[in-house]
Amino acid sequence: MYGFEALTFNIHGGYLEAIVRGHRAGLLTTADYNNLCQCENLDDIKMHLSATKYGSYLQNEPSPLHTTTIVEKCTLKLVDDYKHMLCQATEPMSTFLEYIRYGHMIDNVVLIVTGTLHERDVQELLEKCHPLGMFDSIATLAVAQNMRELYRLVLVDTPLAPYFSECLTSEDLDDMNIEIMRNTLYKAYLEDFYKFCQKLGGATSEIMSDLLAFEADRRAVNITINSIGTELTREDRKKLYSNFGLLYPYGHEELAICEDIDQVRGVMEKYPPYQAIFSKMSYGESQMLDKAFYEEEVRRLCLAFEQQFHYAVFFAYMRLREQEIRNLMWISECVAQNQKSRIHDSVVYMF
Amino acid sequence: MSGVVALGYASSWGAALVRISPYTFSAIGIAISIGVSVLGAAWGIYITGSSLIGAAIEAPRITSKNLISVIFCEAVAIYGVIVAIILQTKLESVPSSKMYDAESLRAGYAIFASGIIVGFANLVCGLCVGIIGSSCALSDAQNSTLFVKILVIEIFGSALGLFGVIVGIIMSAQATWPTK
Repeated sequence: MYGFEALTFNIHGGYLEAIVRGHRAGLLTTADYNNLCQCENLDDIKMHLSATKYGSYLQNEPSPLHTTTIVEKCTLKLVDDYKHMLCQATEPMSTFLEYIRYGHMIDNVVLIVTGTLHERDVQELLEKCHPLGMFDSIATLAVAQNMRELYRLVLVDTPLAPYFSECLTSEDLDDMNIEIMRNTLYKAYLEDFYKFCQKLGGATSEIMSDLLAFEADRRAVNITINSIGTELTREDRKKLYSNFGLLYPYGHEELAICEDIDQVRGVMEKYPPYQAIFSKMSYGESQMLDKAFYEEEVRRLCLAFEQQFHYAVFFAYMRLREQEIRNLMWISECVAQNQKSRIHDSVVYMF
Repeated sequence: MSGVVALGYASSWGAALVRISPYTFSAIGIAISIGVSVLGAAWGIYITGSSLIGAAIEAPRITSKNLISVIFCEAVAIYGVIVAIILQTKLESVPSSKMYDAESLRAGYAIFASGIIVGFANLVCGLCVGIIGSSCALSDAQNSTLFVKILVIEIFGSALGLFGVIVGIIMSAQATWPTK
C-alpha cells in the first residue's frame, strides 16, 4: 500500500538500505573532483583517492600507474559493494538487485561477439568485460556463428534468455546486426524491469518508473541520432524503441522519421523535461548532448535518495558509482595525456 | 440500543451483549492494554534498530546518541505495563446477584475502554517514534547537525502515548464496582 511501506519495509530491507545510504555518503563531491583536477600525474590522483573510500583498493598498486588500473580497481569496489548487498538480500530485493546486472550482461555479450567477429583473442576480451555482467559459459560465446546458435549454445541458460525471442533470426552476425541485437535485448530488458517495478508497487514503482522512463527516452534519442544516415529503415528503428516512457507512443512516431539532428531537437522540444536539456545546447552542437543527458540522469538519481523505504536507492547508488567511475576515467585520461583544459568538458558533478 | 431498553427480551443482540460478564470485558481490556502497547513498542524498535545498525557501519559515532530513539519506543511498552497494573487493581468481586447491575457493567466497560485507549495509543506512538528514529539514524549518519532537530519531532511523537495513558487512567478512575 503506497504510503504505508514504512511499517514493514525495515523487516527485510532496513539494514541494506542503511548500508547503501552509508555508501552514498562516500561518493566523491565537487571538492574532491576539484582536487583531482589539480593533479599533475596519476600518482597524485592515487594519493588523493587514498583519502576516499577507494583508498584500500588502490594502495597496493605499483608506481607506474595506468588509467585502466585505476578504473579497474574502482570498479572492483563497486562490485564488492554490490555482492555484499546481494548476498544479504531476500526476495523481492534480490530479484531487483539481479535486474541491475542484466544491462552489464548484455554489454558483455555484445563485446565478446563483436570482438570475435574482429578476430580478437577470447582471453583479452574476457578481461575487458564488466565484472558485474559475468556469467558461467560466457567464454563459449566466441564459438557461435549466428544468433540461433548464440541462443541455443549459451544464452538459453542465462537470465537473458526471455529477452531473445524478438531477435532470433538465422542471419549471420555482422556489425549492424550486432548493434540491432544489443538494442533489441536492451529494449526487452528495460520493459521487463519496468513491469517488475510496477508489480512491486509503492514508492519503488513510482521512482523506478521515472528513472527507467528517462533511460528509455534517452536510448530512443541515441538510437535515432546514431542511425541517421545508416541503412536502418524507419520500421526497424521504431522497433528498437521501448514501449514505455514519456516519448511513447507519439514521440516515437516522430523520432522514427527524423533525418537529422535539428529534426530530433524539434521533436524533443515538445516535451518540457527534455526541452530544458536541449535548450542548453545551441544549434548544430551535438557533442554536449551526452553530457547533458548524464547531468539530467544524475540529478534524477540523487533525488531518489530523498525518500526512504524503497528499492530505487540501490539502483540509484549503482548508477551514481558508475558515473563516478566514468568521471575518474576521464580525469585520469586528461591528466595522463596532459590535456587538463578539457577536464571540465565531461565531468558530471554530483553533490 | 434496543437491547439495553428491553432487557427482558432475551433473544436480541443487545441483550446478548449486556449478558456478557463485565469481568470478561475488564480482562480483555487489561490484555489489550499491555499486549498492543508491547506490539507498538516492538514494531518501533525493529524499525529503528535495523536502520541504526546498518548506518552505524559507515558512521560508528551515531550509535550512542541514537539509542534515544529505542528508549522512546521502550517507554511506550512501560506505559502499557503501568496502566495494566493499575487496571488490575481496579478489579473487585461483586456478589453474583449484582453482577449484571448497571453499575457493574459500567465498571467493566470503563476498564475495557481504558485498556483499548492505552493499547492503541501506544501502538501508533511506538510506530511513529520508530519510523522517525529510523530516519533520524540515517540523517545523523550523513550530517550530524540534524540529530537534535529530528529528536524534537520524536519527542512530539512520544507525547501521543502519554495522552493515551492520561485518558486511560482518568477512565479507569471511574471503575467503581457496586458495594456488597
